[in-house]
Amino acid sequence: MDYFLTEEQKMVRELARRIAEEKVAPVAAELDEKEEFPWEIMKELAQADLFAVFLPEEYGGLGGKTFELCLVTEELSRICSGVAVSYAASALGSFPILLFGNETQRKEFLPKIASGEKLAAFGLTEANAGSDAAGIETTAVRKGDKYVINGTKQWITNGGEAEIYTVIAMTDKKRGNRGASAIIVEKGTPGFDFGKKEKKMGIRASATRELVFQDCEVPAENLLGKEGMGFIIAMRTFDASRPGIGAQAVGIAQGALDAAVDYARERVQFGQKISSFQAIQHMLADMATHVEAARALVYATARMIDSGAKDAAKESAMSKLFASDMCMRVTVDAVQIFGGYGYMKDYPVEKMMRDAKITQIYEGTNQIQRNIIALHLIKEAASKK
Amino acid sequence: MNIIVCIKQVPETAEIRIDEKTNTLVREGVPAIINPFDTYALEEGIRIREKCGGGVTVLTMGPPQAEQALREAIAMGVDSGVLLSDKAFAGSDTLATSYALSRAIRQMGRFDLVICGKQAIDGDTAQVGPGIAEMLGIPFIAYVRKIEEIREGYIRAERLMETGYQIIEMSLPSLITVVKEINEPRLPSLRGMLKAKKTNISVWDVEKLGGDTGRFGLDGSPTQVIRIFTPEPRKGGEILQGAVEEQVAALIERLKETKLV
Repeated sequence: MDYFLTEEQKMVRELARRIAEEKVAPVAAELDEKEEFPWEIMKELAQADLFAVFLPEEYGGLGGKTFELCLVTEELSRICSGVAVSYAASALGSFPILLFGNETQRKEFLPKIASGEKLAAFGLTEANAGSDAAGIETTAVRKGDKYVINGTKQWITNGGEAEIYTVIAMTDKKRGNRGASAIIVEKGTPGFDFGKKEKKMGIRASATRELVFQDCEVPAENLLGKEGMGFIIAMRTFDASRPGIGAQAVGIAQGALDAAVDYARERVQFGQKISSFQAIQHMLADMATHVEAARALVYATARMIDSGAKDAAKESAMSKLFASDMCMRVTVDAVQIFGGYGYMKDYPVEKMMRDAKITQIYEGTNQIQRNIIALHLIKEAASKK
Repeated sequence: MNIIVCIKQVPETAEIRIDEKTNTLVREGVPAIINPFDTYALEEGIRIREKCGGGVTVLTMGPPQAEQALREAIAMGVDSGVLLSDKAFAGSDTLATSYALSRAIRQMGRFDLVICGKQAIDGDTAQVGPGIAEMLGIPFIAYVRKIEEIREGYIRAERLMETGYQIIEMSLPSLITVVKEINEPRLPSLRGMLKAKKTNISVWDVEKLGGDTGRFGLDGSPTQVIRIFTPEPRKGGEILQGAVEEQVAALIERLKETKLV
């Protein structure tokens, strides 16, 4: 399918694909096995200017937006989703600063993220606050010109590896959702520490850790927007980043599909290539169609966001929901086409199937995505009357 | 430090075919790449600039489409490119190529170091680098695997030998050819690719180079390719059977037959 990319977008895709194939592919299985954070590859991506593609030129970026983020994430995911999410999580961490930071904050932090000199991360989830963000227990108490943060964030992608964190904490517990605020915290701030690295089913090259705050004092000027805006900031951030998860899902599924097609053309059973069996052909045809449909939705959503749409929450949720559910089905089918070989770690589809699952869970479970979509449908219908 | 890197656009080796009638490489439909050894030269040139400042110019001779190789080099981080392209250059052997490149380097004015890959993967002669140095009248070190020190007017480098390596000091301006041990070439950057797209590539013809017109192209090439062929695959050997005494007797018999003893 031709998506009419601009010359620059084609370059972004070509470069990301080259890095994925030349630098990531040879080490993907090892990174997965050893659960090793891909610092070497992060440096390659930085050197190639790929951390600059999703940020504006005035902050050291190359002027691209969500669409460019999606292109890179998709290409990396085709080879290794753990690498892709480490990259994309830095974009996620940059979005609150880009969308809600003041000029000083943007100038201070965004160029370092754009150059890849520093990775960013976003800290929302807690042990008792996942889908229900209102359950956040981490607090930030204003004390003179500082905030004092206490609490623990859980399952933070790039935790420990990133230098710049946007953390959602309660500045006024009584107000529930409206009492949350977003604060930038830098690694190395006294009282800010990291918990153990989690052992995961998939995306094992990526780092997932707890962020532990014990009387951590942060300058008050690190507050993003105003007190009480934390929940809105988190939601708007996810609206902009969810197509990135959709792109991740499309990439994983494309990788699985490619592997399955290649395998079906080689594998001989009953004296013929299994690609000659209609049972296999129809599976491949469905997989390819679903991948393309998801890609079209992800790209359309990314373009909608980049064109400045006021509210893309519904579409953003749809792109993440559809692509991730598709990805799970396609990777399961890819393993099926590989048969017993697909279940073994010698072939890449086993990893892809493990990597696929998280796309249905993080940045809002797919159940939450359906809530968002339904809520918008009902709101839209009500407003027409 | 002004650095000039000479590169060659070559056919992707994995797909090389020879036209049996003309004994030349079939280039149609074969993807063209920068000679892999030259990518180490480019990387080293960029690294020296990053350390010492200055500029890197990439130079090649070839048909108009060789411009693509120069753009790839610029995408890696080279500052500018010069393409020598003229029908008069067609049919150049290593001597005529060295001459043309050396003339072009003279035209570029002051330079400190010329870097070439040790050889091209299509011709495999390893002659052009040293040929350029000879014609420019500057010293050179071939097969450099490491630059230990480089500063104004001075370079100390390790030259890879079949048995170990030598450390050689040399004054600048001079030329080196590099082997793959020297570095790991970087991939292009996005900013580099954008720049490469916009950069104007200078195209120089034979007139621009000046010098002796009889030394360019086919006229300046004493090399004649009589025939290119793929060596016959070696036939399987013969294993003598039987007891050791019988085998020895049979072997002596065989050697006598072939008049080897």
